[in-house]
Amino acid sequence: MLRWLIGGGREPQGLAEKSSVQTIGEEQIQNPYTELLVLKGHQDIVRFLVQIDDCRFASAGDDGIIFLWNAQTGEKLYELHGHTHKITAIAPFSSSDVTEEKTDLIITASADRTVIVWDCASGRQVHKVSCFHSTVKCLTVLQRLDVWLSGGSDLCVWNRKLDLLCKTSHLTDAGISALVELPKNCVAAAVGKELIIFRLSASNNGSEGWNILEVKRLVDHQDNISSLVSVNDLTFVTGSHMGELIVWDALDWTKQASDCNFWDSSVHPDVQPEIKLSQSPHETSVQHLTSDEECVFAAVGKGIYVYNLQMKRVIACQRTAHDSSVLHIEKLPNRQLISCSEDGSVRIWELREKQQLPAEPVPTGFFNMWGFGRANKQANQAAKKMHENTPVYFLELVGDLIGHSSAVQMFLYFGELGLATCSADHLIILWKDGERESSLRSLTLFKKLAQNGDLQLKL
Amino acid sequence: MISAPDVVAFTREEELEDDLYREPPLPEEYSVPLFPFAGQGANPWAKVAGSKFTRDFILISEFSEQVGPQPLLTIPDDAKVSGTFDLNYFSLRIMSVDYQASFVGHPPGSAYPKLNFVEDSKVVLGDSKEGAFAYVHHLTLYDLEARGFVRPFCMAYISADEHKIMQQFQELSTEFSKASECLKTGNRKAFANELEKKLKDLDYTRTVLHNETEQQKKANDKGYYTTQAIEKANELASVEKSIIEHQDLLRQIRSYPYRKLKDSEFHPYEPEGALDRADMGSDQDPAASDPTEPGETPLYTHVPSYTPKLIKAKSAKCFDKKLKTLEELCDVYFFTQTLDQLHHIERTFRGDVCYLLTEQISRALLKQQSVTNFLFEDVSFLDEKPPEKQYRGCQGLGQDAIDEKCLEESLAPKVVISLGSYKSSVECVPIKMEQEMEDSEEPKMSESVTSEHQENLDYLDADIKGSISSGESIEVLGTEKSGSGLTKSESQASLPVMPSPQAGRSKVGSRRTVSEDSIEVLSTCPSESLIPEDFKASYPSAINEEPYADDDEGGLRFAPRMNPGLEEGQDDISKQESLVQVDAACCIGKESPNFLEPLPELGQKPCEEDGVVRIPPQPSRPAEQGLRGGFPCHDGLSAGLLLPYELDSRYLSGSREVSKSSLDECSDSTSYISSAASTCSDRTPSPARLGSAAAGERHRKRAGQNALRFIRQYPFAHPAIYSLLSGRTLVVLGEDEGMVKKLVTALSIFVPNCGAYAKPVKHWVTSALHLVDFQKWKLIGLQRAVSPAGVNVLHALSRYSRYLSILDADSKTLRCPLYKGTVVARLADHRTQIKRGSTYYMHVQSILTQLCSKAFLFTFCHHLHLPISKREPEESIVSRRMNFLKLQLGLANEDVKIVQYLAELLKLHYIQEPGQGGNPLLRFDYIPSFLYKI
Repeated sequence: MLRWLIGGGREPQGLAEKSSVQTIGEEQIQNPYTELLVLKGHQDIVRFLVQIDDCRFASAGDDGIIFLWNAQTGEKLYELHGHTHKITAIAPFSSSDVTEEKTDLIITASADRTVIVWDCASGRQVHKVSCFHSTVKCLTVLQRLDVWLSGGSDLCVWNRKLDLLCKTSHLTDAGISALVELPKNCVAAAVGKELIIFRLSASNNGSEGWNILEVKRLVDHQDNISSLVSVNDLTFVTGSHMGELIVWDALDWTKQASDCNFWDSSVHPDVQPEIKLSQSPHETSVQHLTSDEECVFAAVGKGIYVYNLQMKRVIACQRTAHDSSVLHIEKLPNRQLISCSEDGSVRIWELREKQQLPAEPVPTGFFNMWGFGRANKQANQAAKKMHENTPVYFLELVGDLIGHSSAVQMFLYFGELGLATCSADHLIILWKDGERESSLRSLTLFKKLAQNGDLQLKL
Repeated sequence: MISAPDVVAFTREEELEDDLYREPPLPEEYSVPLFPFAGQGANPWAKVAGSKFTRDFILISEFSEQVGPQPLLTIPDDAKVSGTFDLNYFSLRIMSVDYQASFVGHPPGSAYPKLNFVEDSKVVLGDSKEGAFAYVHHLTLYDLEARGFVRPFCMAYISADEHKIMQQFQELSTEFSKASECLKTGNRKAFANELEKKLKDLDYTRTVLHNETEQQKKANDKGYYTTQAIEKANELASVEKSIIEHQDLLRQIRSYPYRKLKDSEFHPYEPEGALDRADMGSDQDPAASDPTEPGETPLYTHVPSYTPKLIKAKSAKCFDKKLKTLEELCDVYFFTQTLDQLHHIERTFRGDVCYLLTEQISRALLKQQSVTNFLFEDVSFLDEKPPEKQYRGCQGLGQDAIDEKCLEESLAPKVVISLGSYKSSVECVPIKMEQEMEDSEEPKMSESVTSEHQENLDYLDADIKGSISSGESIEVLGTEKSGSGLTKSESQASLPVMPSPQAGRSKVGSRRTVSEDSIEVLSTCPSESLIPEDFKASYPSAINEEPYADDDEGGLRFAPRMNPGLEEGQDDISKQESLVQVDAACCIGKESPNFLEPLPELGQKPCEEDGVVRIPPQPSRPAEQGLRGGFPCHDGLSAGLLLPYELDSRYLSGSREVSKSSLDECSDSTSYISSAASTCSDRTPSPARLGSAAAGERHRKRAGQNALRFIRQYPFAHPAIYSLLSGRTLVVLGEDEGMVKKLVTALSIFVPNCGAYAKPVKHWVTSALHLVDFQKWKLIGLQRAVSPAGVNVLHALSRYSRYLSILDADSKTLRCPLYKGTVVARLADHRTQIKRGSTYYMHVQSILTQLCSKAFLFTFCHHLHLPISKREPEESIVSRRMNFLKLQLGLANEDVKIVQYLAELLKLHYIQEPGQGGNPLLRFDYIPSFLYKI
């Protein structure tokens, strides 16, 4: 199309041909998002979207402002001012006590070294803490214990009223980059290349007192840990900038599960150096991880990989899913996967089972995709052997959403209500199912007609 | 857009913008005179020819107490307009029929002079000699120095077309009342100011006199008063009396019920605030300054204190003093406001009456389509709030509503004064004036009373003698307050004048009795439009019901017929309806007739077989008024002729095949009818709108012309128009700004409005487009540049190509989705015989109106969107919906998308809360695009 526009050539699909990225074209039958709302308000990159409840979400970014939105109407509910620098972390904190009425809070941390707790119902600032020595880079709420943790250069534990319950000693200048809750009152914190397991325990003297103890340091990663996700009560997964993916046992913090050791597979250690040689770290970096019960989905560089926990291998991949780094992926309930990328697009994938054809080459693990040479061949063979009797999956592009003019930082899937995407172009776009919206509008219309008495409803 | 003014017979094409399609004019000898009673090019409905002025104008005159009736100014202020028309003479005519019972002075039994806040009088005058007819609005302004404190003025709308005045009486009256109200408001303010000053003067004088008297008393120890002292005492007494009287006047002028102004448009000064200022004695405007004090200038604005002057008991003679100008009489601000209003009136009523009426009808009908009219109508059009009376009694109003209105009107208080009283009031003018003069002038100029008195009498005598001796009779056919006594003439006033026996009769009737140069007071109307009881009883409401009955039955019939592809009869449709689970007609047809737009096919063809339109448009309001007075015998006929006729939007498209050329040309000539050589009206096309209207008219013409050229030049016009109608943003890409803008203008007429704001059209953009732009604009002209920035622009285009259709004006290509429907083919037929831009514009509007009505039906048909039973699956609703669109509305293929999009806009517009703008949303489809080339 570009070529046609510029040169007046015959073929309007010029751009698509040049790129190796899979494209879908303009006809997207399965893409439900046929209506969009642009939500304007932010004045800088929007980096975070968090869901508050069924129909509300909050957005935050480099302008230090937090907006609360109605996901159905796109209405701006509140504009929360309080931070002077960019927001570095945001977490929803809702109390569902039986006695109290439900209050929705959000906690935000900023580069101005403050953390503020906001009340979503009133749009007011509830508490503010500014005693941090460094920027808080991650926040985790432990609902079960009704406490929340802030991770910066040290790890602090707070209760709902923002009393500091306990804190660790100074860990590192770089600070904690990710936190994940583990069973048995444990948390895993990613600090540089290390993964530190802390355990929270009630102190002996008081009911409100908590102690935090470092239990274990895992130093298996060769590079900085970039993503950390908990799969279920038994496993969690980490990914590093170098493209390493490690599945951990959540109970004893060992690299291997009880029956099989993922990283012992002969494929892996040999391939690793080659990856480093052939690819820049940025392109192998595990940007984001998400999981369902069966699989871990990894956004690695420009590609998306599906790692099956049971089979302990990558079952499907899309090596260049986007033109640029994939920043966020999420699994939808309906076997679909959504990814967003620095190239400004959001793509919808579907994990499909391929009919086994003997001659067809099978997509192999993502670690050998860049490689060449012997190790790669081995990997290929190994993979082939493994695949012979198992169903083969592949990721099919079912739709893409083009709207942002800059990197799409994150998105939030709202089910029926649609999809909210935020981007470096300062915008949030609400993507909606046009059909559904249309019928909802009809419903509203007839309600209003009935209210106004303009029309007598006949049922 | 409903009633294209296609109803005026073709006379002559005057200006063809496009040389390409110009046809050589028919030689004179071959042309058939379409209207046998008129000369070549004459407006067949202009009954009066040979007026001495070229176009309508507004004249303001004053009955000056010094020189008699004199013209003050005309609007437009152009000597050419009035031409050889004798303004002085006409002023005399119109000022001599002031029926206001303006009585100012000492009422019998009252000690003080009393101000009467008289209502303005509104009369229609005809001067057959001059060929001029006028709506005359008399008003009275107050002037402390004038005789009886009053200065009679009048504003007249002068036209050569009697019917225009008659038919537009109500509208003229409303508009002129506004102007008058504005003048009077300013005048009251100025008058109050003047009184204040006068009071201060008097107060000061009293003090001075008092002191003098005291001094004399002291100096005089003889025990008796000298003549001088007595004189002084008398003087003092008269000053004191004068003070009391002036205070009383001030009280009166202030107690004027200001609430009356609340609904007037002109109260930028809060009346109270204005008064407060007056109270403070601040002299804010030169108008209020006393003309006897030349030193009083606006410089005093910052010096609120007024230095009182000693008032001599002797007052200047009446003819020596300079009378205040109108500008001085009113506040300058109010004066300019009035002028603006008058200019507005002039613009509004400019042009031929047919055009005005058509405009009013279409506006009135559009007003009723409150749900859909925002889609394709001009924004300015909708913002306007024409007086309610204009569309009172229109077809779309339910019968109930009409009845209610009648009831209200009949309940309104009526002043019934017989004709005789008016005649007598005319005759008793001198007496009245004598009396008032005596009384009012007495306090301050007791000395000059006699002489002045005499003069006045002479003057009046002369005036009366003049009119008597010239043998001119004043015929009063009806007056404002003559009420039920004047059944006939009142009905005439609002009667739609048409080529009917009635119109002729009234004409003859009024002519019969008058001599050549006489003034006829043809009619006046009650300003509150009183409808006497017996009228109400006499106009048969059954006539109005007829079309409604048709409406109800009409239901959905029109849809398949309009669609040539589905040319099936009534029977087939009923079959189709049985296919569709719900009888959709039942929920549409009967549920709410108020919602239904009048259906096109109900209109009996107003044109004759040959397609020549013989009937001028009728004013929209008097559907029933016309009947009550006009057609006692052919009710049915007239109803059929009058009512649905304007609504026949299919008229142009449907019968196009039959009498295409004549129709097109008919409609072509409409707006230019007034330019025909010997007609009464001016040469400018009638805008019949507000200020920007003329520009809007031009724009429409140009847009229509460009659009015509576009559909002829570009074979892919259909998919491009489809893109616009279905809400897909169309980008016109090109290097040449002029060409792109032209294309954008051409295509803009197809763009539906998203709300009651400006059309979502951006004529020229040079920077890269963004998603937000597609939300805002549905038609964009984009610059193609070779610079790197230009490449960025193209990259953005290719990135967002799924939301866009791209028309490349340079290489003449179009990239957009396929279109296989039929609606656009009718909308933009490249073989169309329409030649004029404005005609094509109207053609487009009529088809778009059809689309709107379909969208309306689709949107508001309950069962198409909601389940009938609780357990009904979504799929069955969807299939019902599609069935409705395809079978009932007769939409094929992509046409469905158009209606769906319009329906979506309707929904959004309806459910949107009035206050907030609502989030603009972008709807799109994932549909492949194709590249079209010439």
